Amino acid sequence: MSFDIHRSSLPDHSCARAVCVAKTKSAQDRQHFLAALWSFGSVLLFLILLLISAGKVRATEIQEVVSPGGIKAWLVEEHSVPIVTMDFSFSGGVVNEKADKLGTATLLTALFDEGAGDLKADAFQTRLEENAIHMSFDTGYERFYGSLRTLTPNLMEATDLLALALQKPRFDEDAIERMRASLMSSLQRRQKSPGTVMSNNWRKTLYGDHPYSRPSDGEIETMQAITRDDLIEFHRAVLSRDDLIIGVVGAIDAKTLAPLLDKIFAPLPQKGEEIAVAPYRLDQKGRKDVAFNNPQTQIRFALEGIQRDDPDFYAAYVINYALGGGMTSRLFTEIREKRGLVYGVSSYLSARDHSQLFIGAMQTRTENTDQAIELVRTELVKLAKDGLSEEELASAKQFLIGSYPLRFDTSSKISRQLVGIQEEDLGIDYFDKRNSYIEAISMDDIQRVSKRLFKIDNLFIMTVGKEMQTAKSTMPKQ
Amino acid sequence: MAARSIPSHASVAKGLKGCLLASLFCSVAFSQSLAHGAHGAHDGPISRADPSILFTTGDISKGGMVESFADLPALGDNFSQFELANGMQVVVIPDHRAPIATHMVWYKVGSADEKPGETGIAHFLEHLMFKGTKAHPDGEFSRVIASVGGQENAFTSYDYTAYYQRVAKQHLPTMMAMEADRMANLVLREDQILPEREVVREERTSRTDSVPGSLLGEAISASLYRNHPYGKPIIGWAHEIDGLTLQKAIDFYDTYYTPNNAILIVAGDVAVEEIKRLAEETYGKVARRAEPGERLRPSEPPQRTARTLTLRHERVTQPQMSRSYVVPSYHSAQEKEAYALDLLGYLLGSGTNSRLYQALVVKNQIATSAGAGYSSDGLDDTRFYFYGVPAAGKSLDDVEAAIDAQINLLIRDGVSAQDLSRAKRSILTQSYYSQDSQVSLANIVGRTLSTGGTLDDIRLWPQKLNEVTAADIQAVAAKYLRANRSVTGYLRAPKQETPETMDKGKMDKKATEKGQVVPKAKPKAKPSAPSKKES
Repeated sequence: MSFDIHRSSLPDHSCARAVCVAKTKSAQDRQHFLAALWSFGSVLLFLILLLISAGKVRATEIQEVVSPGGIKAWLVEEHSVPIVTMDFSFSGGVVNEKADKLGTATLLTALFDEGAGDLKADAFQTRLEENAIHMSFDTGYERFYGSLRTLTPNLMEATDLLALALQKPRFDEDAIERMRASLMSSLQRRQKSPGTVMSNNWRKTLYGDHPYSRPSDGEIETMQAITRDDLIEFHRAVLSRDDLIIGVVGAIDAKTLAPLLDKIFAPLPQKGEEIAVAPYRLDQKGRKDVAFNNPQTQIRFALEGIQRDDPDFYAAYVINYALGGGMTSRLFTEIREKRGLVYGVSSYLSARDHSQLFIGAMQTRTENTDQAIELVRTELVKLAKDGLSEEELASAKQFLIGSYPLRFDTSSKISRQLVGIQEEDLGIDYFDKRNSYIEAISMDDIQRVSKRLFKIDNLFIMTVGKEMQTAKSTMPKQ
Repeated sequence: MAARSIPSHASVAKGLKGCLLASLFCSVAFSQSLAHGAHGAHDGPISRADPSILFTTGDISKGGMVESFADLPALGDNFSQFELANGMQVVVIPDHRAPIATHMVWYKVGSADEKPGETGIAHFLEHLMFKGTKAHPDGEFSRVIASVGGQENAFTSYDYTAYYQRVAKQHLPTMMAMEADRMANLVLREDQILPEREVVREERTSRTDSVPGSLLGEAISASLYRNHPYGKPIIGWAHEIDGLTLQKAIDFYDTYYTPNNAILIVAGDVAVEEIKRLAEETYGKVARRAEPGERLRPSEPPQRTARTLTLRHERVTQPQMSRSYVVPSYHSAQEKEAYALDLLGYLLGSGTNSRLYQALVVKNQIATSAGAGYSSDGLDDTRFYFYGVPAAGKSLDDVEAAIDAQINLLIRDGVSAQDLSRAKRSILTQSYYSQDSQVSLANIVGRTLSTGGTLDDIRLWPQKLNEVTAADIQAVAAKYLRANRSVTGYLRAPKQETPETMDKGKMDKKATEKGQVVPKAKPKAKPSAPSKKES
């Protein structure tokens, strides 16, 4: 959504995916005034021919482009607006950081526009600014993301600058110190925000020693310890051509794109560092309360979830939508609409490379904490027992199928999906097939998968807030 | 007038999240879960460049760009506008690239139109508008939208309240029928009021009461506007939210929700004639329900005092400062002043090439982030703001002094022709991107028309921006960036309880636990270290 260079619109690994199963930390950030003020809504309305009425989505064709140098990209041509968007991801991310240098990946994302080749930071940024070229980078745990957006007349300039940024970052000491100070200040600022306190406790409790317990953007002490050599080493380990994934959308054809791919990516090393990450399974259950002085209690809950390539994934996806996916969901209706206990409540499926979780979140004033949690439990138990009604299944399908076209209304959304589909290995015809996967879900699937997922005894709940003085709610039960 | 806040590719990046400006001008939405997914109220800030203007004056444009950019139609050229017999304005923004449509209704009423003592009623009514009508009771509206795969939400600001859906185009007639229905036929029951009011209280707690920067922002607004209702929070003061009732909501609804006070905007794969027909069949059938009249708000007395506010809060771990000056909006400005203020904001404080960032962050390392900007939208006078976060070892006073130095430098020496040319070119080139989103375009039109502007203002914006001279910029800086028009806010950690400050520290702590704003203490040479106390 925003043009900021260092935090791209791919805040959560899973969100880059074709089926966006996670939506976590960015929600509040994006609502943030400044994000809103400065964000330019990178929304490019896009021509993709979608036959919605037939309940199917037919995307214009995705071309696989292979450059002379062997770089592969997926391309969707759209010539009605003079814009080209390129998204790409490398294998590697936070898990590649040294344990005492957490934040290396994030610091790197901040340095790509801080000088490259012969251009020092101000010269580089002036060329971006004057040509309205947008470059952004972000890191996940196991993928490192980049994005380029340019007006077509500046395509050569934009790709020159991106090539320089990726291949010859200067890592000037003054730039490193400036970005380090900025990022540390940001960490410092968020230290006692309810969201940060929750996510720090959540990660530590859930993941223990697993690399997923790391913060996505470092810690103050470890950020302080990162050296220029660490950055160079991380850059070499992660920005490599193996498992490089690229999606391009816009006013560009395959013939024009191919040599640009070589210019940008071919000089990068062929092989990067491979980090073995152990599979994670949720081993926490019960409730953990973290004391925190705030008028509202943050509540999160989790169960073991489902992998993206599991045959039951789509059924789980439909169930989650009905449970906590929108303004008509069960959780929204029961907890917000009927009782007014929360402003926001939602759930999602988080499928990372080595973990799969079902996660939900809400905030409510201290005295309503127990009641809100009890309502969640009640809904999960009900779901495990009865699944969804025929009507709920039908309307969930209708929504998920009918809203699919809205994901193709901007070039950035599409190019991110091109990357996500490749990362998940969903196939080049995924846009065409996806709705049929949803359509195929039966009541039996719903029943079976609800029972599989919602094992209430395994539910893990964390609260961050004040201790409840009384179990009584201020609100009448309905 | 349209939002002309200038987007910057780098300003957020260079360290701005969680800044204390958080609540200054936000609008408030019905649902967070969907609001961020679709778009906020501020996501489409500027209009597009007129290429002929852009590249005839620039001395640094690249050859070859001109022809390509010149092929583009100017912004607004294909917009259509008409009015229904009942006074409802309609704007159609054709965009045939995908078979979807964005359907919005903007009411020319916002929190600044609320009666004294009823802050929050505009936003509360926005929430209640989802409850139902006789024809579509009990949340059926949302169920119908969901069943066709639509996205919906609503948002409230000082001057407007807007409702929207995004759907596949064949569902547009249904959306129009339902939205027209709830313009006149809202049905509310007592048993819906209390839970929804609690929802709003939770929303307020999340956005404001749990966020020290927001609490300070609220206090800054209240201090900046002593008489004008922009000083009151859009979401309302907590104690007044508690007093909102069904009757107050309905009174507000009956006063302002009428076709002659509304703007319909349809952007997407639609034909003007088709929208005209559909609008007449749906909204055209809604009778004028009220005559809201001219939008006159209490006006500000002269700004004579420089004000400072400090919030010390136990959860502040990084001090920050901001300053706001009352300045004219595009609507309230004399002639070119708003355009000059836009450019002033860009040159001073937008992005890494801005004067503030270069001086405070890059060259002198006084701040880890710093910037400025112009809040251009508003029926009445809005604001120009600065912010800064001190670098390690620097104080808020250091940051403030450095910001003052940049302001004074600009007032004394003005801006160079080269910088001005670069700024114009960047802003205008940048603005091409907004053309690509029907949501952004619809938002630009909605904000412009609901804050007293016209479509021509949008069309002529690039030209007028281009006419601004260096002298104009210097003049608005000298005229408006004066201390007596300003409020400066400091967000600080509680004072540490050392033996010599024990008593005072305790007092402060008591005050800050409740998040109270206390008058600024005498500036100290160094900022207090963040409290180590765990809360």
